[in-house]
Amino acid sequence: MSTRFFGAPVKRNEDRKLLTGQALFIDDVELPGMLHVAFLRSQVAHARLKHIDVSRARKRPGVVAVYVAEDYGDYWQPCPLLVQPPPIPGSTFNPRTQVPLARDKVRYVGEPLAVVVAESRYLAEDALDDIDVELESLSAVVDIERALKSSSARVHDDLGSNIAAHVHQMKGDYRKAAANAQIIVKRRFRYEHGISSPIETRGVVAHWNARGQQMTIWDTTQAPVFIRNGLAAMLGLGERQVRVIAPFVGGGFGPKIMMFYPEEVALPWISMRLNRPVKWIEDRLEHFVATTHERGQIHDAEIALAADGRILGVKDVFLHDTGAYNTYGLTVPINSQCTMLGPYVIPAYDSTFTAVFTNLPIVTPYRGAGRQHGVFVIERLLDLAARELDIDRAEIRRRNLIPPDAFPYNNEIIFQDFAPLSYDSGNYEPVLAKALDAIGYQRFLKEEQPKFREEGRCVGIGIACYVEGTGIGPYEGAKVQVQANGKVNVATGIGTQGQGHFTSFAQIVADQLGIDPSDVDIVTGDTDQFYWGAGTFASRGAVVAGNAVNEASAAVRRKALKLASDAFECAEEDLVLADGKVSIAGIPGKFIRLGELAQRANPMRGAVRPGTEPGLESTQYFGPPSGATANGVHAAIVEIDPLTFELKVLRYVVVHDCGTVINPMILEGQIHGGVAQGIGNAFFEKLAFDDQGQLLNASLADYLLPTALDVPRMELDHTVTPSPLNPLGIKGAGEAGAIPVGAVFAQAIEDALQLTSRKIELLEIPLSPSRLFELTRQEGT
Amino acid sequence: MKPAPFKYVLASSLDHALALKAEHGDEARFLAGGQSLIPAMNFRLARPSVLIDINGLTSLAGIDRPEAGQVRVGALMRYRALERDGEFLRSCPLFADALPHIAHPQIRNRGTIGGNLSHADPASELPALAVAMQAKMRIRSAAGGRTVAASDFFAGLLTTDLASDEMLVDITYPVLAPRSGACFMEVARRRGDFAIAGVAAVVTLDEERRCASVRLALCGVGETPVDAGAAALPMVGSRVTGESIDAVAAGVRELIAPSGNVHASADYQRHVAGELVRRAIRTAHQRISHAA
Amino acid sequence: MQPDQHEIELTVNGTRYRRTVESRMLLSDFLRHELGLAGTHVGCEHGVCGACTILLESDPVRSCLMLAVQANGRALATVEGLASADGELHPVQQAMHAHHGLQCGYCTPGILMTMTAYLTEHPSPSEDEVREALSGNLCRCTGYQNIVDAMMDAAARMREEAS
Ligand SMILES: Cc1cc2nc3c(=O)[nH]c(=O)nc-3n(C[C@H](O)[C@H](O)[C@H](O)COP(=O)(O)OP(=O)(O)OC[C@H]3O[C@@H](n4cnc5c(N)ncnc54)[C@H](O)[C@@H]3O)c2cc1C
Ligand code: FES
Ligand code: FES
Repeated sequence: MSTRFFGAPVKRNEDRKLLTGQALFIDDVELPGMLHVAFLRSQVAHARLKHIDVSRARKRPGVVAVYVAEDYGDYWQPCPLLVQPPPIPGSTFNPRTQVPLARDKVRYVGEPLAVVVAESRYLAEDALDDIDVELESLSAVVDIERALKSSSARVHDDLGSNIAAHVHQMKGDYRKAAANAQIIVKRRFRYEHGISSPIETRGVVAHWNARGQQMTIWDTTQAPVFIRNGLAAMLGLGERQVRVIAPFVGGGFGPKIMMFYPEEVALPWISMRLNRPVKWIEDRLEHFVATTHERGQIHDAEIALAADGRILGVKDVFLHDTGAYNTYGLTVPINSQCTMLGPYVIPAYDSTFTAVFTNLPIVTPYRGAGRQHGVFVIERLLDLAARELDIDRAEIRRRNLIPPDAFPYNNEIIFQDFAPLSYDSGNYEPVLAKALDAIGYQRFLKEEQPKFREEGRCVGIGIACYVEGTGIGPYEGAKVQVQANGKVNVATGIGTQGQGHFTSFAQIVADQLGIDPSDVDIVTGDTDQFYWGAGTFASRGAVVAGNAVNEASAAVRRKALKLASDAFECAEEDLVLADGKVSIAGIPGKFIRLGELAQRANPMRGAVRPGTEPGLESTQYFGPPSGATANGVHAAIVEIDPLTFELKVLRYVVVHDCGTVINPMILEGQIHGGVAQGIGNAFFEKLAFDDQGQLLNASLADYLLPTALDVPRMELDHTVTPSPLNPLGIKGAGEAGAIPVGAVFAQAIEDALQLTSRKIELLEIPLSPSRLFELTRQEGT
Repeated sequence: MKPAPFKYVLASSLDHALALKAEHGDEARFLAGGQSLIPAMNFRLARPSVLIDINGLTSLAGIDRPEAGQVRVGALMRYRALERDGEFLRSCPLFADALPHIAHPQIRNRGTIGGNLSHADPASELPALAVAMQAKMRIRSAAGGRTVAASDFFAGLLTTDLASDEMLVDITYPVLAPRSGACFMEVARRRGDFAIAGVAAVVTLDEERRCASVRLALCGVGETPVDAGAAALPMVGSRVTGESIDAVAAGVRELIAPSGNVHASADYQRHVAGELVRRAIRTAHQRISHAA
Repeated sequence: MQPDQHEIELTVNGTRYRRTVESRMLLSDFLRHELGLAGTHVGCEHGVCGACTILLESDPVRSCLMLAVQANGRALATVEGLASADGELHPVQQAMHAHHGLQCGYCTPGILMTMTAYLTEHPSPSEDEVREALSGNLCRCTGYQNIVDAMMDAAARMREEAS
């Protein structure tokens, strides 16, 4: 294989459609006779449902149907558990999954109670007012600490408590480590992550064709194949009767992977009932409560160190808010637990978490998926330890990095993919060195910062390391097919939400088949084009599907060469595959175009030799044995106005290693976007709930996504340590940008305001000017 | 997030608009820029049954100078038109500081000064400017007209002195007096957001460069714009110094009673308001020297 | 209440349209679902995200905060009208492609409409000015950096075209 395109910043194939307004997004699907759906959602967080009367709504002109839970009959079933908990001995796990419409009880503000189908969305919303709901309010479980008191109300009546799960994992002997330690640093940390808030909300269109007995579903999902299989089973249809299409999706970042949302379950059923196409587009107000969140954890963590700063052990006990249901298993808290170990040698680790049910929207992974929480805790512990031991912040990190000869490095505990947490490859010190160099760490501390301080300016530096488990299994597949016109069609089962798969996969194919990436058409997210697959999550699209595409195109390449060698009656070694044709080396005039070979591979007459598959095509699957571990370092210099606490990021540096790179331009874009979301998480975005479980800032005017003025220019660099776990050597990168930003911000702000000299520590995220004011005032006086 | 049904009427004249409002009262709303009203209708927080579109009333969309030293701005003047009117910005420099803080260009292309003041969001910049500048608001109804001072116009949270049949037709601002400097500053979470706290200050010196008067109004820290002129009184009659400015800031912190919101605690708002008062007076004062 | 209907006539991207609309129909919905100009996106319907930005005459406005009936007699421009008739992309579109200024592309039409208007009025902006001009359009994917670079490049391309 040549590498003309692999590794090059090839411009994206998908851009033209998007730039001219021609790409098909979910709300662009228009079908004759289509009806529109609106959901009546609970206005209270916790209540018993006494009675719903929809009779007035049914009579409103323009309303076609109104359904409540009873109307679903046997179709009403709690969602299957989507992700099993890893088999960790001694764990408790109490699965409680969401229901299609609330029946006896509502468990969060926004939970759907009834569904209205009307001639337009305007009319459907009108009819929501006509529905009378009688509820008996219960006290809301909002605070995860109070939720565990025996006096607390219970989110699920049949459970004896609000414990959703309890998991203990350990390696080494922390007690012994602590006994040998020079110092032990122990603190309480609070880390809240927010909502993904893609600019496009969710949506579903379902179209039941009664004559053809075919169901077509357009869905903003990250996992179309699972949705097809699940809905087919629920609807009593064969999988071949259901086609799920994830069209262009306007950003996902995790919550669009959550499956069998009540709306996803409702729409196909309604379409079958009414025999008409139906559409539901989530509005922004709904999005704040109807799409899953990621939220908070409280960690009581301690670190034991030797006098030279070497980590002897870490102990952590944390609470995790899982929301009203835990359909997505333990993915988020397990990620927190595992990612806390970071790039460091931590001989002893003792970690226990309790996942807690609350009367708040469901928690599922959002970019980073719990990794932020773990990274924040370990990085802050190291900062505090460095200070106590009087070691430089960067130096204490360097001393603890896993050395390059220790890979694969087994961290022993179980990761979200059920495999032991093992780092496949890495070379951490150069990444740290590059980052320190790029930000000018020593120069800043020795020369620049003193000058700023003389001028009365509060400028500080922060630096944080992370690892990210990426590219987990189970598998993805791809079908690569050369067409008679010479263009190559590629289908995979994953969905895409802007990650540039149309281009990076095309680059892989182009190199294997000696064609231009623009001659490769990629289809993702259409279950009729590719039958199997898992989905786009956990930074796995490029790794897992990318390798499947590579194997399939390599197989096609072998076929093409075989066919051509038969045609020319020469050895395969004498053939060259380039510019869309196979030619004989040294005789450029003698060639066959790929398109022609494709035709020959499908002969009209004669026999296909036994053992030969017809068609110039191949379908291959790839399943990595375990996840590939990417790593990186972020560093920032920030300035704080000491009186208003407004923040300005003066510099932001990212150095990362995600193995071999398919398209550096696309990769950089992923990092930029991740950092921007990390900044939102660290300093802007906070879900403000009151003690009744009402979200007080459910609008984009009050839930603050960073703007172009809030995200600084980012300086990127990388190193390459290929993954041995896949032939392409790639590791995922989708989440790396977002993970360590909170840790960097807390450290840099502390430094800028010289808070440590005042014994003030920033042990929580998100921060804000107001919060900084409160923290500095409380403890300063 | 679609509006509830309503009847839409494009007003053909001021009298037409006023007659419709007299007829429908509180059930009807004027539609000016729509940049506050339509979001509220999309959330179904506002459900007028009649919408009287006043965008065709070009007579309300002008600027003139009724008397020397005064600028009269029609209620339908859009922010962007004001932003692009260099002469207006020189006469009323507080607007030059404040307008860029209002939302974003796309919203400023539609939003109107009359809609803004009638909406009376206490966190908005322009009500504070009106109070600081002691603007006069001219109000009309089918039955007649009246003029009220800005300080009497803002009655409470999102509430004005306008009766259900009345419309704000224009606002008269004094132009910046000689030996005066003005400054508006605010702290908001992001560019274009409503202010956590904002301060409009106008400082005027006498011939000896002693402070002759200070006008001071704040936004974001109360249910209405807050006239903090009283806190600045000790400064009048003497030279403007760092200490005298600090004393005003301290006075303002005592005067205001912010309530806090999801973005800021009340204490932070109070603290920042004081700091902004310091900075705004200092800048206003510096601008006089620079101009001189 | 009987739906309150109005007949309107307007021009979008140079094409005249005549339709009957209910008074409450938002201009964004009208463009997307009545005229089939679905390139204009909707992300919030309360004026914050900027995805629905279009040009009213030559000024960028939020189409989610106007009623369709208010567009009667007006000339609008949407993303569908940016490229030339023969398909050549507008310099701002070209620069967005060249600098990878879009990922999911959902915010892109609003950004294109905001920035073509801005760059026409301000041919030589600084980077800070570009960021300020962009601040009314939220993008969740790109972190803005490549959009900013694209706009600086687009300004240069437009200056060249004009000279
Ligand atoms: C994303 C976003 C951000 C914003 N940020 C800010 C900000 O930072 N600062 C700020 O000040 N504003 C902000 N706004 C609001 C904006 O300034 C509005 O334009 C303004 O509040 C209302 O003016 P309008 O002309 O749009 O009025 P409309 O929305 O049309 O009307 C507002 C109210 O006033 C009534 N009304 C309108 N005109 C008159 C009149 N002449 N007489 C009597 N009643 C009348 C209407 O009936 C309605 O009740 C923001 C808006 C958005 C969408
Ligand atoms: S949809 Fe109009 S601004 Fe978001
Ligand atoms: S590219 Fe996805 S929101 Fe901007």
